[in-house]
Amino acid sequence: MPLGCQATRQRGRCGPCLERRGPMRVESRKLLAYYGDLVRVLVAKEFKVRYKSTFLGYAWSILHPLAFAGVFFILFKIIVRLEMKHYALFLIAGLFPWQCFQNSVNASNNFFLGNNTLLKKVRFPRFFLVVAGVLNDLLHFVATIPIVLLFMLIYGKYPSLAWIVGIPALTIALFLFTYGMSLLVATTNLFFRDMERLTFLFTMLWFYMTPVLFPLEMIPERFRWMVYANPMAALIVSWRNLFLEGTFSPVLFATALGWGLVVCLVAQKLYSNLQWRFAELV
Amino acid sequence: MSDIAVTFRDVTKQYRFGAVSSGGVKNFLLHLPTHLKGMFNRSSFRALDSVSFEVKKGECLGVIGNNGSGKSTTLGLIAGVLRPTRGTVDTDGQIAPLLELGAGFHPELSGRDNIILNGVLLGMTLRQVREKMDDIIAFSELGEFIEHPIRVYSSGMVMRLGFAVAVHIDPDILLVDEVLAVGDREFQEKCLKRMEEFRSHGVTMVFVSHDLGEVERISDRVALLNKGCLVELGAPGETVEHYRRHFHGI
Repeated sequence: MPLGCQATRQRGRCGPCLERRGPMRVESRKLLAYYGDLVRVLVAKEFKVRYKSTFLGYAWSILHPLAFAGVFFILFKIIVRLEMKHYALFLIAGLFPWQCFQNSVNASNNFFLGNNTLLKKVRFPRFFLVVAGVLNDLLHFVATIPIVLLFMLIYGKYPSLAWIVGIPALTIALFLFTYGMSLLVATTNLFFRDMERLTFLFTMLWFYMTPVLFPLEMIPERFRWMVYANPMAALIVSWRNLFLEGTFSPVLFATALGWGLVVCLVAQKLYSNLQWRFAELV
Repeated sequence: MSDIAVTFRDVTKQYRFGAVSSGGVKNFLLHLPTHLKGMFNRSSFRALDSVSFEVKKGECLGVIGNNGSGKSTTLGLIAGVLRPTRGTVDTDGQIAPLLELGAGFHPELSGRDNIILNGVLLGMTLRQVREKMDDIIAFSELGEFIEHPIRVYSSGMVMRLGFAVAVHIDPDILLVDEVLAVGDREFQEKCLKRMEEFRSHGVTMVFVSHDLGEVERISDRVALLNKGCLVELGAPGETVEHYRRHFHGI
């Protein structure tokens, strides 16, 4: 017996959630396994589609962020001549997690809109489209960690014990915050198509407001609190501390995690209120 | 367990013409008062108007009517992607919507990858899809094309693939929305045979088509919709005849 939608009942007004199902014939563990398959298949699709019929294929997942880092390196180290030690390592340690976030949020405009035919016809929990999209970028980011390691070794730095806790913890925090923002954008874009333009402008602005290209210490003392107000600042500084100093700050992690949970809750609330109208809007 | 698969009780579906969705943020803010008023007093279109009917388990219901009569809305409500404005829709069982051309397929992926993607989206687990893979490929008659990306397929080939996946889900309720039109005569025949087979196995079907001959052939009962109202629900021969006489070609 296939899983998925079982017996359902829908009423006007009181509003069903697409995930909330009537009497379920399959126990929830099987349903979880099914959702696992759903995510796997959707992520695999994104992965295959992204570099399909490109000459370099998967190598792009490493080359693309590296090329970006190269541009900023030339700009700040060679032209502006920023006085910073290990600037190349500093740059990629912050830039890679940032790109994971920015790529996901920008792409999220199309997570729902781009699957319009599916939304119109098939009933499945739609937020999995967002989960898969974000996971895809997160996987690309994890794939670039060996590059960071390589640069560390070149500069004579070694992995620390803090990585054992730090990498999984920060990956989860990064995922939560990125997922929350992506779900917000993906849902809103169905109602306001301007979201796409706004997101591009906003993430660009956000990028320069976040200490990615420069250290936190360069921000004037009286604005330094922003590391707690801007979850991306907390995340980027955390990742960089982990890679450059081998330290893991629970306070910054808690800040990022807390923001991630808040954004996820807000996004999930918005999504579950509006999801039954998706099929009418796309 | 009751023997009713689909129940519509006094179902009305109204689409709102969006104050929200049309103009974007700028217009929304510039004309905020009008928009706020519009939110409460929006023009709307009634796609279905107080429709009630039941489909028994194992029954095949044909749905006919002119364009815009509410056929696809009916299927959307059964599939559970739309919510009724008023009334209730009850369904009992696994639903497989037979997707319109290429919906849910990705043009860059091979036929094989698309079978996996579509099968899981429609409710199968990965293992179930893999077990049925050979049968699905055989049914689709796509041969070596199965390893090529969908974008090189003809529309008939895409339809074959979609139908092949949908019929291998073993659904309790199969929704068919005007998809057989693009297949060649031979494959259409094969699909209809398969649907008759389904019917003898007790699968419930809701079948939207403009091919009245097809509808007469496989339906147990036929519902005739006109402008969102259920005009007639009865034996295929009479209902189709009624439609031919009064509505066809308007």
